[in-house]
Amino acid sequence: MTILVIAEHTNAALAAATLNTVAAAQKIGGDIHVLVAGANAGAAAEAAAKIAGVAKVLVADNAAYANQLPENVAPLVAELGKSYSHILAAATSNGKNILPRVAAALDVDQISEIIAVESADTFKRPIYAGNAIATVQSSAAIKVITVRSTGFDAAAAEGGSAAVEAVSGPADAGKSAFVGEELAKSDRPELTAAKIVVSGGRGMGNGDNFKHLYALADKLGAAVGASRAAVDAGFVPNDMQVGQTGKIVAPQLYIAVGISGAIQHLAGMKDSKVIVAINKDEEAPIFQVADYGLVADLFEAVPELEKSV
Amino acid sequence: MKVLVAVKRVVDYNVKVRVKADNSGVDLANVKMSMNPFCEIAVEEAVRLKEKGVASEIVVVSIGPATAQEQLRTALALGADRAILVESNDELNSLAVAKLLKAVVDKEQPQLVIMGKQAIDSDNNQTGQMLGALTGFGQGTFASKVEVSGDKVNVTREIDGGLQTVALNLPAIVTTDLRLNEPRYASLPNIMKAKKKPLETVTPDALGVSTASTVKTLKVEAPAARSAGIKVKSVAELVEKLKNEAKVI
Repeated sequence: MTILVIAEHTNAALAAATLNTVAAAQKIGGDIHVLVAGANAGAAAEAAAKIAGVAKVLVADNAAYANQLPENVAPLVAELGKSYSHILAAATSNGKNILPRVAAALDVDQISEIIAVESADTFKRPIYAGNAIATVQSSAAIKVITVRSTGFDAAAAEGGSAAVEAVSGPADAGKSAFVGEELAKSDRPELTAAKIVVSGGRGMGNGDNFKHLYALADKLGAAVGASRAAVDAGFVPNDMQVGQTGKIVAPQLYIAVGISGAIQHLAGMKDSKVIVAINKDEEAPIFQVADYGLVADLFEAVPELEKSV
Repeated sequence: MKVLVAVKRVVDYNVKVRVKADNSGVDLANVKMSMNPFCEIAVEEAVRLKEKGVASEIVVVSIGPATAQEQLRTALALGADRAILVESNDELNSLAVAKLLKAVVDKEQPQLVIMGKQAIDSDNNQTGQMLGALTGFGQGTFASKVEVSGDKVNVTREIDGGLQTVALNLPAIVTTDLRLNEPRYASLPNIMKAKKKPLETVTPDALGVSTASTVKTLKVEAPAARSAGIKVKSVAELVEKLKNEAKVI
């Protein structure tokens, strides 16, 4: 049994989610190979080779793979993946974009967002916004799986010394082109990797009021998230959304401010170690999952909290 | 330009589902069913393309039980021109659905296929991408903006760190994210008119598609419950608890 893990990376660096995906592969068992598909991705490949437990790193370096266009990367993964028992990718926006295209090209079902490995063919995954956990068994010849990072503790980033091997794959399929991207610039930690997350909801009132959360987050070294209600209301961009259709986080400390606690939001944060809720409505459902609830006006409580941490 | 929109009948997003006592699945008896929220956004986007004169015909397709006609009628009331129901009572996996949609694409030859990025029941987020592989079309997933110009469509996508824009040759597949648009409500006159719009029913067999699956659900359980903690009286007490009890700051 050999497992192919698709690296999540920016060419220049390996993303942390790759370590969680390798950890899931270790639970399945067998040799682990990591594919780094990109352009000038030598640095990402070197980092992948150092991950503890990785036997081999495959590097497909081609301008066509630079921006992870699925029309170009999926055929490469499908071709290489034929000789593996499992193909795993992180359930990031990139992994979700590419892997189903790989699965269909191989004519196999995909299992999305696993949170636990029961055996080499049996996995647990949340359905209905996390209101139910399904245990599913796959009889597919190649098991194609995306991995929810919060379900698996990261593999050690150092300690391995895998061989790095260059591979080639199909050229540009000519169906799509990268036009550009606008990435949020922030000195704060990335939402899904942060130890502390401070999130705001509809109760924030407007986007400008998020400054209170940014100030608190900067004091705590935290990332800032938001509920879907806050995104829908236009307070903040969608890449800050925590929930069923946004990002899934499980930090040491999650501080929910002015968030009522819709099931769709809880789906994205209820595995946090400690949850704090600050809301002036003492009936808000968020208090049913909070370890520490504070019924207060957030515009008084958040600045006071910022001053006292 | 012909636009094909795929919609799914799912449990209404306001319903809190419960796991059945025998762990065979979730209890959907007497539960309100609706069009998947991301599919509503897909229908709305198609209707807007038609209003702009970009789309000439909107065909809406659903794969599911006979009752999915309700969701197709809703789409017709919102502005779709005709509907196709691929009737199946089986719980189909994304690959099977993608194969059925491929058969419909082959028959209808749309220039653009718009569908939701994920259904809120199975939470798979697979079908659009799989249809991309089967048809060979380019895919613009998690779209927050769609602009058709000539033989291309520019799709701005919601990605983890922000936004990415790609240009796809037509025909192409777009899957919707929540900020793409705000779906309208159907007006009563349009609901009445929708009853007269054509709705064709076909079967997977008639489309020549096998819907066999390699994934078996062994059991479905309720998630580990998280119990409510305590209410603190002040910010000072909160900070004290976080420092000394939870030890997280």
